[in-house]
Amino acid sequence: MSQAFTKAMARNIFYGGSVFFVLLFLALTFDTESAIPKRDNRQNLTETVAMGKRLWEVNNCIGCHTLLGEGAYFAPELGNAYQRLGGKEGIKAFIMSRPKAGIPGRRSMPQFNFDDEQLEALAEFLKYVSEIDAANWPPNIQG
Amino acid sequence: MKYQSQAVAKPYFVAAIGLFVGQILFGLIIGLQYVVGDFLFPAIPFNVARMVHTNLLIVWLLFGFMGAAHYLVPEESERELFSPKLAIITFWVFLVAGALTILGYLLVPYSGLAQMTGNDLLPTMGREFLEQPTVTKLGIVVVALSFVSNIGATILSGRKTVVSLVLLIGLVGLAVMFLFSFYNPDNLVKDKFYWWWVVHLWVEGVWELILGSILAFVLIKTTGVDREVIEKWLYVIIAMTLITGIIGTGHHYYWIGTPDYWQWWGSVFSALEPIPFFMMTVFAFNMVNRRRRSHPNKVAVLWALGTAVMAFLGAGVWGFLHTLAPVNYYTHGSQITAAHGHMAFYGAYVMIVLTMISYAMPILRGRAAANSNRSQVLEMWSFWLMTVSIVFITLFLTGAGILQVYLQRMGTDPQPFMVVQEKIALFYWMREVAGVVFLVGLITYIASFFVGRQEPEATLTTADVGA
Repeated sequence: MSQAFTKAMARNIFYGGSVFFVLLFLALTFDTESAIPKRDNRQNLTETVAMGKRLWEVNNCIGCHTLLGEGAYFAPELGNAYQRLGGKEGIKAFIMSRPKAGIPGRRSMPQFNFDDEQLEALAEFLKYVSEIDAANWPPNIQG
Repeated sequence: MKYQSQAVAKPYFVAAIGLFVGQILFGLIIGLQYVVGDFLFPAIPFNVARMVHTNLLIVWLLFGFMGAAHYLVPEESERELFSPKLAIITFWVFLVAGALTILGYLLVPYSGLAQMTGNDLLPTMGREFLEQPTVTKLGIVVVALSFVSNIGATILSGRKTVVSLVLLIGLVGLAVMFLFSFYNPDNLVKDKFYWWWVVHLWVEGVWELILGSILAFVLIKTTGVDREVIEKWLYVIIAMTLITGIIGTGHHYYWIGTPDYWQWWGSVFSALEPIPFFMMTVFAFNMVNRRRRSHPNKVAVLWALGTAVMAFLGAGVWGFLHTLAPVNYYTHGSQITAAHGHMAFYGAYVMIVLTMISYAMPILRGRAAANSNRSQVLEMWSFWLMTVSIVFITLFLTGAGILQVYLQRMGTDPQPFMVVQEKIALFYWMREVAGVVFLVGLITYIASFFVGRQEPEATLTTADVGA
């Protein structure tokens, strides 16, 4: 780089630019926080949904599935599982019917032995997720 | 070695390489599970093996960064490490905590691990890459605190260079951003929003400062180019990193329930994120071409140049491929993402750690500057084997991703996920073969530490000196 452009100038761009964009990011974060109540479906965030989210977490579902496109790519997207599997009963039936020993040669979801309350919580959680306004993502029912 | 305390870097590097091997073995397991779905089922289900694969990657890279810091900071600061003893204690705490966590993943069902470790008291588990039990996360905070204060005390009480200050900013940023891993609200949108403050602001933010600083250090040492020139480049590169990368976080905020304006902010700024990586490539080649002297450790220079090129391809080009919102609408959460992830992590972070190990390890093991020719040639083989196989892994996953997106999300008759997965299985098989070649490369890399030990150190030929 040319001599006219000094190290001090480069340093000032670094510090000045970083501070400016950190502040801009914080401003956008602040605005996002005030805008998301209209989109994040918080009115349906019940105790049961919260329990479902915890079950989702402690069984590491994200280790195979994506949820709103984030996670692992080994198993189907679940942000719209509520629609794809035909509502809460469809979700519960799928989870309950997984064979313990798997399916020879194929990918299979483990059998988690959830009780009725847990199944209800997971289904409620996936219903709540499906009602978040995610800008029309995923593109279609296949996720 | 100029300072005795630099020696503490060695166990960090050894641990890093050991965990790297584990990471690759589990990568091969999950690669195979993609095509032989019941492989190791239900003993090691996919989600467990993947968690081991990704967590080992993060942990070994952190070991690598820590080793690099312990090696370069005394030399930059022109003083011994503030406390070598603390560095060794920190090493063992981190290694034992890491090993226990991985064993926990493998030996206990994940929900049992959550229960055993009291996840209910402060639930933080079960989110991608942040799967560690809350106690492990607290342990990581303690390790980070001890490590950063040791390095910080050394830097601030010694000669302050741009290289060491940038490294310190990167390390402090790493520790601070990790604190967001403790914030896990029930509201999924907020959970995801702040989850990225750890994940994105690490790998597309503060980690790039660490990368730039290590690269600058190795280039100063191996090329003899004036420090002023290199430090000016470093400032410009990391300035561009943060100017593009902070708002670039927005490319994760398109489809998670956050406002639509993020599609603009994210697209525009993340489209600029390749710039600092491109500058890094220009920088590295320029410095090597303008070198004042040749360095007998040729393989370290090869790694340094390789880092610059592969980081640009993996993070820059493959990131840009799917970062614009209208494209990402179709590619989000597909094998395209996986393709980018593999080459970006290898090119930017795996290679910079291996660059530093390649530069420092011969000296830590008693050589003046470099390994024997035989050892260096073998290490160069490992460079090419691993780098070429990651290129092929990326290309195969990209092929799989394009087909997946087309068959599942576009066209007139979108097909179910598993139907599509079976149609693209050939690409997964080829990816697995490339993965086996990667393992061969890694074994070759480790072998390079053991061959030519008795042979004399590589020296410069007349051709080198003339250059």
